[in-house]
Amino acid sequence: MTAELPLNDIAPGTWKPNRGRSETIQLIIKIICGAFATISILTTIGIIGTLIFEAFSFFGNLPSELSKDSEQVSYMQGVIHFLTAGRWTPLFASKQFGIFVLISATLMITFISILVALPLGLLAAICLSEYASPKIRKVLKPVLEILAGVPTVVYGYFALLTVTPFLKTFFPVEGFNSLSAGIVLGIMITPMVASLSEDAIYSVPQSLRDGAYALGGTKRETVWSVVLPAALSGIVSSLILATSRAIGETMIVTLAAGANPTLGFNPFVPVMTMTAYIVQVTKGDAPHGTIAYQTLYAVGITLFLITLALNIFSFWFVRRFRQKYD
Amino acid sequence: MQDIRNQTMTDTALKAEKISVYYGSTLAVKDVFLDIPRNQIVAFIGPSGCGKSTVLRCFNRMNDLIPSARVDGNILFDGENIKRFDPVELRRRVGMVFQKPNPFPKSIYENIAFGARINGYQGDMDELVERSLKGAALWDEVKDKLKESGLGLSGGQQQRLCIARAIAIEPEVILMDEPCSALDPISTLKVEELMHDLKMQYTIVIVTHNMQQASRVSDKTAFFNAQATEAGGKMGYLVEYDETQVIFSNPREEYTRDYVSGRFG
Ligand SMILES: Nc1ncnc2c1ncn2[C@@H]1O[C@H](COP(=O)(O)OP(=O)(O)O)[C@@H](O)[C@H]1O
Ligand SMILES: [Mg+2]
Repeated sequence: MTAELPLNDIAPGTWKPNRGRSETIQLIIKIICGAFATISILTTIGIIGTLIFEAFSFFGNLPSELSKDSEQVSYMQGVIHFLTAGRWTPLFASKQFGIFVLISATLMITFISILVALPLGLLAAICLSEYASPKIRKVLKPVLEILAGVPTVVYGYFALLTVTPFLKTFFPVEGFNSLSAGIVLGIMITPMVASLSEDAIYSVPQSLRDGAYALGGTKRETVWSVVLPAALSGIVSSLILATSRAIGETMIVTLAAGANPTLGFNPFVPVMTMTAYIVQVTKGDAPHGTIAYQTLYAVGITLFLITLALNIFSFWFVRRFRQKYD
Repeated sequence: MQDIRNQTMTDTALKAEKISVYYGSTLAVKDVFLDIPRNQIVAFIGPSGCGKSTVLRCFNRMNDLIPSARVDGNILFDGENIKRFDPVELRRRVGMVFQKPNPFPKSIYENIAFGARINGYQGDMDELVERSLKGAALWDEVKDKLKESGLGLSGGQQQRLCIARAIAIEPEVILMDEPCSALDPISTLKVEELMHDLKMQYTIVIVTHNMQQASRVSDKTAFFNAQATEAGGKMGYLVEYDETQVIFSNPREEYTRDYVSGRFG
């Protein structure tokens, strides 16, 4: 006969887990987290909903604004006018709503800023990750991130009061122009490009570098032909993020590029970007309910769609081209 | 006179003379003397952490890339001290295959063309790619997808791609650091067969933790071990180096006997 093992020999009352209370706490935590998640989702839906609703009423009112006594304008023609007209004058007596006037200014300034930020940011990233000693990297990386936190109004004044006068000695630029705004915007997003690209380059596994060196690669060949291509998806996505940032940037372009809606790609003359227009109207030039007020939402949704498209592209690109190293 | 020199050149590909390696101030491997005969396969065996990879990396100066590493002693390659070589030139002539397959995130074709291109290969690239892939017994499996990424291959195929990449630049020596440790048994067998074929043309040094593999593929075997130091660390040293058959059947040292019979390590 085998003796019963004294498994249940523990003194009663030693272990008394308070299951009831921990379940209540669990429930409360769930409710609080759920509430915050709901609030943030509702806010987003609310903003996008307002944008869409007001933009729709803009396009609803557009035909009557454009119609003259002799001819009626359809909704479709209104949209076509919005996309193709060569002037943007919602605040004038003879109103025209060619959004491309504002888009062209935004695109030109963004393009100039990328021309500045791509080489500067990428070179800084390469130097930091491949050539700087670990000590220097440890100091410079946080400095870069601090630089990204300089208020944009400071950059705006820098563009207006320092860069534009300097440019005047070389080019026939006017007091407000996209060249100065673009260059300073480029300087502003350079730390972002540098920091994110550096992360991408730094995370290329050492084994790839070793592989290239072991084949008789020099440092230059290893960096340019193996490391950079391997980091490409991260570099491109940093660039797209910076582009989004540049497109949405407001202060620098409002201060340095002017408020003069001009179609075309002349970098020396004053222009008006989408964001600068939004500032102008929001500051109170247009009464609530008028078509001029509603243009705010039409421009807003255009801006939103452009950055959304960029972000979707970036998301797709990264998923398509990211290398998986385990 | 010239004849004698050539004679010695064909006998010994690499000669380690009193090699010690430090990482920072820690001595990782001490006083290794070793002759690697030409067109033979030499296996390095021993418990992990005893410095096999460290010694292997001395032969193509990969330790130069580790900032804290310092190598004392001399290594002669074809009778000439490797310190006098440009490391880039040395690494072209002494190739390396790593423990974990590390193909470049490029096409299969480009994985092989890369090394040839940076070393100024002037011949027909298509022909070189085909020859190298055939040399690594991979051609039949990939000939229809040369434009696809090397990362899409299986682990065993990736490792053979890395071998193809290494032999594409026609080195004299190939160093292999546990090339089969990440592979399944069938891929391992393929790589082992490959080594037998490669022996005709190349001198091979292979690190392996698998003693059957060492006894199957190698002509000579070096057994490394580590001993505790006063500082509380471990220091690797070469215990015994001999014909593989001697090491596995009748070694001089007690340690070697214990290790090859599986009693420790
Ligand atoms: N890059 C490195 N930095 C510092 N110590 C290292 C480095 N590589 C190896 N070591 C040390 O050197 C010793 C030998 O390592 P290794 O040559 O990798 O041994 P094995 O290949 O025989 O397993 C170990 O103690 C290891 O911790
Ligand atoms: Mg090792």
